Amino acid sequence: MTKRKWHLVLLEVFAICVFLLYISPIVLVVINSAKHSGDIVLNPLGLPSDWGVLFENIKAVVTDRTVHYSSAFISSTIITVGSLITIVLFATMAAWVLVRHKSRFSTLVYFMFVAAMVIPFQVVMYPLVSWFKELGTFLNIPLLRSYPGAIFAYTGFGMSMSVFMFCGFIKGIPYEIEEAATIDGCSKWQVFAYIILPMLKPIIVTVIILNGIWIWNDFLLPLMVLGKGNAIQTLPLAVSNFVGAYTKRWDMILTSTFLAILPMLILFLFAQKHIIKGMTEGAIKS
Amino acid sequence: MAAKKKTLTSRKRADRLTYMLFLAPALLSFLLVIAVPFFMGIYFSLTNWTGITQSGFDFVGLQNYINSIKDIRFQYSSMITIVFALINFISVNVVAFSLALLVSSKIKGRNIYRTGFFLPNLIGGIVLGYIWQFIFNNVLISIGENYGISLLANTFFLTDPKLAVLALVIAGTWQYAGYIMMIYYTALQNVPKELLESADLDGANAWQRLRHITIPMIMPAFTVALFLTLSSSFKSYDVVMSLTNGGPSMLWQGQAIKATELISVNIYNTASVNNLMAEGQARAVMLFVVLVVVSVIQTSITKRKEIES
Repeated sequence: MTKRKWHLVLLEVFAICVFLLYISPIVLVVINSAKHSGDIVLNPLGLPSDWGVLFENIKAVVTDRTVHYSSAFISSTIITVGSLITIVLFATMAAWVLVRHKSRFSTLVYFMFVAAMVIPFQVVMYPLVSWFKELGTFLNIPLLRSYPGAIFAYTGFGMSMSVFMFCGFIKGIPYEIEEAATIDGCSKWQVFAYIILPMLKPIIVTVIILNGIWIWNDFLLPLMVLGKGNAIQTLPLAVSNFVGAYTKRWDMILTSTFLAILPMLILFLFAQKHIIKGMTEGAIKS
Repeated sequence: MAAKKKTLTSRKRADRLTYMLFLAPALLSFLLVIAVPFFMGIYFSLTNWTGITQSGFDFVGLQNYINSIKDIRFQYSSMITIVFALINFISVNVVAFSLALLVSSKIKGRNIYRTGFFLPNLIGGIVLGYIWQFIFNNVLISIGENYGISLLANTFFLTDPKLAVLALVIAGTWQYAGYIMMIYYTALQNVPKELLESADLDGANAWQRLRHITIPMIMPAFTVALFLTLSSSFKSYDVVMSLTNGGPSMLWQGQAIKATELISVNIYNTASVNNLMAEGQARAVMLFVVLVVVSVIQTSITKRKEIES
């Protein structure tokens, strides 16, 4: 028994070491965001002498005139939230029909959504840009370098996995509930809005988390659809612009990365359980 | 009777219309954002398309594919992608499985550890790459200088072709292992405790319990984790872009190439930097085919495993 206890103590010491090593990159970002560039180069490991520098750096990043970091923050929020709304709305509606209205057509559509999950963004991106240009002219809505274009693109790319996950969940809801509502005189719209949608709440949280993390952090799609040097840019684009504009100015670069990951860290602290559960479930299902 | 029948069918028709309206937004956005560009892309890869819509282009058959395969830079890129994918795949899964075992043991604070290991997964690839660039270029060298470890002080990870690949693996593992750990962890929680306890009483040691009970019980988690890491390794782009930007340059078969230009970076450089749009598109189609093959193999293995169990 004592031998076992020894093993456990050893394992605990080992775990602490691994843990510290594992989170050290994040700690390094935080402590160096509170230093001036010269101090970072001299001693990146030391604790900052004055945490007030953190706010100086944040102010410098946010008010920077070449990169427009604060407007990127707003753009990222608009694009992420806007895309999540359309993805959840469209995907729940579609999934409900695909599960409840079985036909050869719905099977085909479902199969198409699932099969498209293998398509890497690289195959689609260049034709997408040229096609969005034409479609935008045709519809008289600019789809390139604009919010509608970015949100529309994310809606399309987020659809496959979301529909798939909602379908899996709706299959588990007993049909009798809907029948009873129909007999009571509910229209299809009412059945969906008042019965199905509230029941989908847990899976909606999962889908929002999965898509939200992806959209917030995504780089290639905004690079293609929003383009370089645009007034509308997302945070990952802004961070990479920062690096381009301030080579080796690690105080600015690290503070900009700190600000970019901060919302995710805060969100994670609040919704940790949901996020972990959602992401693992999402992986296992798809 | 006839009247009743008529109202029924008209109601059915109305329902069908509602159904179509429900399906339309999802279907339309999918078709317009993925399906149309996807088929355009396959067609463009067979032409001399330049990316400009107005100017015409001609059908050139498989010329772009032939040019790509003959291109030494593309050959190296394909090779290094496979090398990277394999090393990264092994590294992520070994680390992830070890971490999963660690956080499912009886140690104190295991929930905090689990959270910490998962955290890097929330950081976007671009940002994550810059953080590691800072670590490799400044932190490690500073540690080496301050503590007199000459090996660290004189190792420049990002300027040595082989070490740069290793740097990508380290950053990639840090990003992904926590996520894969969660998949293993969830599966480990479902292994019946009684089974392990009775094996313990029968005299099986820790290794034997792991080898003969735990691992066989969580086989499905392995398939999922292996597939996820493999396909994400093949598609790696963001981290490469910000950590090494494809560099450093090196000579390979008498030609200057970029040492960590993985296939997705090569696609971008071919099309956007060298302006060979159609050729870049052809390379993207080849990446797609490889991914399809990988996922078909994965699904068939999963199916077989499910039948066995």
